[in-house]
Amino acid sequence: MSHGGHLLFIIALLPFIGALVPGIMIRAGRNACAAFTAVPTAIAFIMLLILAPQVMRGEVITFQLEWLPQLGLSASFFLDGLGLLFACMITGVGLLITLYARFYLSGEDPMGQFYTYLLLFQGAMLGIVLSDNILLLLIFWELTSLSSFLLIGYWKHLPEGRQGAKMALTVTGAGGLAMIGGMLILGNIAGSYNLTDILQAGDQIRTSDWYLPALILILLGAFTKSAQFPFHFWLPHAMAAPTPVSAYLHSATMVKAGVFLMARMWPVLSGTDAWFYIVATTGLITMVLGALIALFKDDLKALLAFSTVSHLGLLTMLLGFGTDKAAIAAVFHIINHLTFKAALFMTAGIVDHETHTRDIKRLGGLRHLMPITFLIGTVAALSMAGIPLFNGFLSKEMMLEEASHTDWWGSHYAVPVLATIGALLSVAYSFRFISHVFLGPQREDYPHTPHDPPFGMWAAPALLTLLVIIIGVAPFLAEGIVRAAANAVTGQELKFYLKIWHGVTPALWMSGIAVLGGLVLLGLHRPLDAAWIKAPRPEAKAIFDRLMAGTVGLMRGITEATHTGAISRYLAIFSVAAVALGWAAYSGSGLSAPTRTHLPVPPVIAVGWVMLIVATISVVGMHHHRFRALILIGIIGLSISAGFAYLSAPDLALTQISVETVTILLLLLALHFLPKETPKESSMGRKLRDGIIALTAGGGVGALAYAFLLRDIDTISDYHIANSYEGGGGTNVVNVILVDFRGYDTYGEIIVLGIAGFVIYALMHALLDGPAARRLRNTDYSQDRSRDRHPLMMVVVTRVLMPIAVVVGLYIFLRGHNQPGGGFVAGLVIAIALLMQYMASGFAWTQERKKIEYHTMIGFGVVIAGLTGVGAWLAGQPFLTSAYTYVHLPPVEEFELATAMLFDLGVFLTVLGAVMLMLYSLSRIARFAGQTVNVGPMDYDPGHPYTKEEDEGAR
Amino acid sequence: MEMIVASAIAVLTAGGVYLLLRLRTFPVILGLALLSYAVNVFLFASGRLAIDQSPILSKYGEGVYTDPLPQALVLTAIVISFGMTAVLVMIGLGAYLEAETDKIDIADSPTKEDQA
Repeated sequence: MSHGGHLLFIIALLPFIGALVPGIMIRAGRNACAAFTAVPTAIAFIMLLILAPQVMRGEVITFQLEWLPQLGLSASFFLDGLGLLFACMITGVGLLITLYARFYLSGEDPMGQFYTYLLLFQGAMLGIVLSDNILLLLIFWELTSLSSFLLIGYWKHLPEGRQGAKMALTVTGAGGLAMIGGMLILGNIAGSYNLTDILQAGDQIRTSDWYLPALILILLGAFTKSAQFPFHFWLPHAMAAPTPVSAYLHSATMVKAGVFLMARMWPVLSGTDAWFYIVATTGLITMVLGALIALFKDDLKALLAFSTVSHLGLLTMLLGFGTDKAAIAAVFHIINHLTFKAALFMTAGIVDHETHTRDIKRLGGLRHLMPITFLIGTVAALSMAGIPLFNGFLSKEMMLEEASHTDWWGSHYAVPVLATIGALLSVAYSFRFISHVFLGPQREDYPHTPHDPPFGMWAAPALLTLLVIIIGVAPFLAEGIVRAAANAVTGQELKFYLKIWHGVTPALWMSGIAVLGGLVLLGLHRPLDAAWIKAPRPEAKAIFDRLMAGTVGLMRGITEATHTGAISRYLAIFSVAAVALGWAAYSGSGLSAPTRTHLPVPPVIAVGWVMLIVATISVVGMHHHRFRALILIGIIGLSISAGFAYLSAPDLALTQISVETVTILLLLLALHFLPKETPKESSMGRKLRDGIIALTAGGGVGALAYAFLLRDIDTISDYHIANSYEGGGGTNVVNVILVDFRGYDTYGEIIVLGIAGFVIYALMHALLDGPAARRLRNTDYSQDRSRDRHPLMMVVVTRVLMPIAVVVGLYIFLRGHNQPGGGFVAGLVIAIALLMQYMASGFAWTQERKKIEYHTMIGFGVVIAGLTGVGAWLAGQPFLTSAYTYVHLPPVEEFELATAMLFDLGVFLTVLGAVMLMLYSLSRIARFAGQTVNVGPMDYDPGHPYTKEEDEGAR
Repeated sequence: MEMIVASAIAVLTAGGVYLLLRLRTFPVILGLALLSYAVNVFLFASGRLAIDQSPILSKYGEGVYTDPLPQALVLTAIVISFGMTAVLVMIGLGAYLEAETDKIDIADSPTKEDQA
């Protein structure tokens, strides 16, 4: 890690941390909010300046943090010349925009939100230009799409804003998806996802078979982001955003992300015919087309938007040329375009702000009313036109020079002529901007009388125009950063000097033609405009909307055809698919010969098996009688418990039998409110179909089980058996696995169980607050009820049983580590004992005597288990490492104390709490359904004489 | 013995799947319970069958033990499947009380309802 690496990491992180600030600071007022938003940006900017000298010397600053090394994903950042240029642009313009937006946004706009979005976007952009890992870069890339969506749609009340935001997200998001594919291919070819490694693997990538797909996919991402033809249409629609956003995202930063990416990948991807023809041609078309449309746009921001499209095309074309000089020109033009275009956007924003219109046809003659704005706008627009002594001239000359000796498909003239036309149109719309807004006679009919804005609003564009002039007059001042960035783009040491005068070159002639032609076009604008309006041309938004409507329609069709709401059909499809997959797996590879012999079957087991089979078939046959089916389910559960006990799984037997009990209780409670019979509504054909599916599934699973029961496999269990006593301190290997070896799994599982309990509790509450509550109250359940709801015998027996059950539970819990038992079973046993109280003595009576809430119990359980695990950290061990010791107190047998037992206590509490909470919730419904609350444990005193009212009540 | 366990799994699965395809909530819940039995026994059986080889370490020298790992997994699976059944019962109950029917299929597609 080089010197300054940590600074780099902080720079990347700052905007995201800063994004939290505006939301808090807005309470302190708008000025405070803007000031505090500027702080993280300013710090990042200063840090960049601190690093700048190192980078200018050609050093590359890196920072690496392993994230998911298995996936090749690391949080690595690096700063070279190109990154420095962009990072400075992002933070520098970010500062200016923060200032400008403070004055631009009106009192009704939620300013805190705006600044938060702005900083999020800034962080994402910085991430793109600083990432050393392409996967990380992709994440930031998507983040810019998302945060720009928020910014474009900032004025939520405007439909244009919402539509523009949606369109921008759709187009750039789709491009981002394509780019993910391209980047993954690239990473696969290079064998690394680190940009620095990829940049070294240029030859390998260019000769790969996968070069072309990767190139096209990555370019799709870059072209959509940088609004290249035919994806240019989203950018003008994104102009519905507040002007600070347009100035920041759509001139300076986000749209340059695509250009940045092409520049970044330049050493790897450029230099091939495919690169030249795709990139240069797209850029050329975009440049000319964008400039042409810009000339005829009446909305100031639309004009600037299409001019941006055109200039982005210019940059793309330069990068497409693939020569070093073109790369230098591109880098230089990135800086120049930033300065004049951001200033122009801000000027347009000022005009809009002051006159309340952006329609050029309603403007004109503003030079007297707004002299400062006029000056700023004119300097910036002249630079955009490429007039000497302004910076736009320099890079445009370099572009024309490169274009003048570029052949396209054997033609010497195609590129120079089209480039000159592009420049000519650019001159025309730039002059139009000046003359139709500021020059001409002063008008009387402005929607609002304009005057120059306060200093704070014109300070930012003024600073930028100052840069326009400084670079225009003394280009050598920008040489250092241009050289550093161009070196980074080309990966070579370039020697060049930025000069105003190159002598009489072809480029100068082309420039001259452009300026003169532009003036002519401006003079002819009125008739040309009339012709343009009449001419038929495709409307991109209409096409896009139709495309979207078509896609949505298609998707809706598919969804409605497959998603009919018939759950039984989904389940049938699922079952058939599972069987088919199983069959495919089976037929793919043959079976090896059996290695195990059959175990003998004693008669008792055979009887149990018959019981199980008969019970299962009966459940299926009698499922219309729900109560009977439930009882039969109980038989199945008990048979399975017995099977577990016989087959050397005492823990499973204990768990199964106790779970069985609570499950049946739960279903019985639920059945109380459900219909007692299932109507016979399945047709014969349906039954046959389901029967066939069921038999196939059953046969398949059975055959699979039989097949592997007869074959041996390697198991990792020997380790568990060998280490259970030594490492875990227990002889019950199953329990040691649960609380020690696989303690983390168990921890997750008790949390799931706890959540299930809470879900049921929440559902119960939602139910009792909804329309179901009325229905419950109005339903008469009394006919199911015996008068003797809490029989004396049952009450007495359960009371006597309660302490015994608790002792049994405690015993099972304590012995769990060495003998069958443990937290799970103990929790269930105690839960059953408590449930018996509820059933026998009544809900209210038991509830009154409950000392601790079940929610609390679940919480304590999870916390105790978690803390036990954390405790291992204190001893310097990994999470959930167990420690144990043996204690010998004379009258008691020697016993063991292990931290695992504490963990098991957590399991115990959670299981108990969850089971109780579930059944408690169901009982709440019962109570709500109008069951009376009994005061005493029994309904009536048997010793009390039989009264007449009760007799009548019974009838 | 292997045949017995395999056939029990087969019958439980078949019964479970059949009930799962019924049209009312209660049989579906029962079907899911049967399927849970089948899956649990299936997982347990993946440790292969053994008699009198409980994975409780003997104090008296070397013993032969069955595979404890599937048992541990199944133990938690049993408890979790209870939690799942309970949630499902509650959802079924809620649906019945709210919608006044315990059918599991949505009778009409949403568009038809819109038209009506």
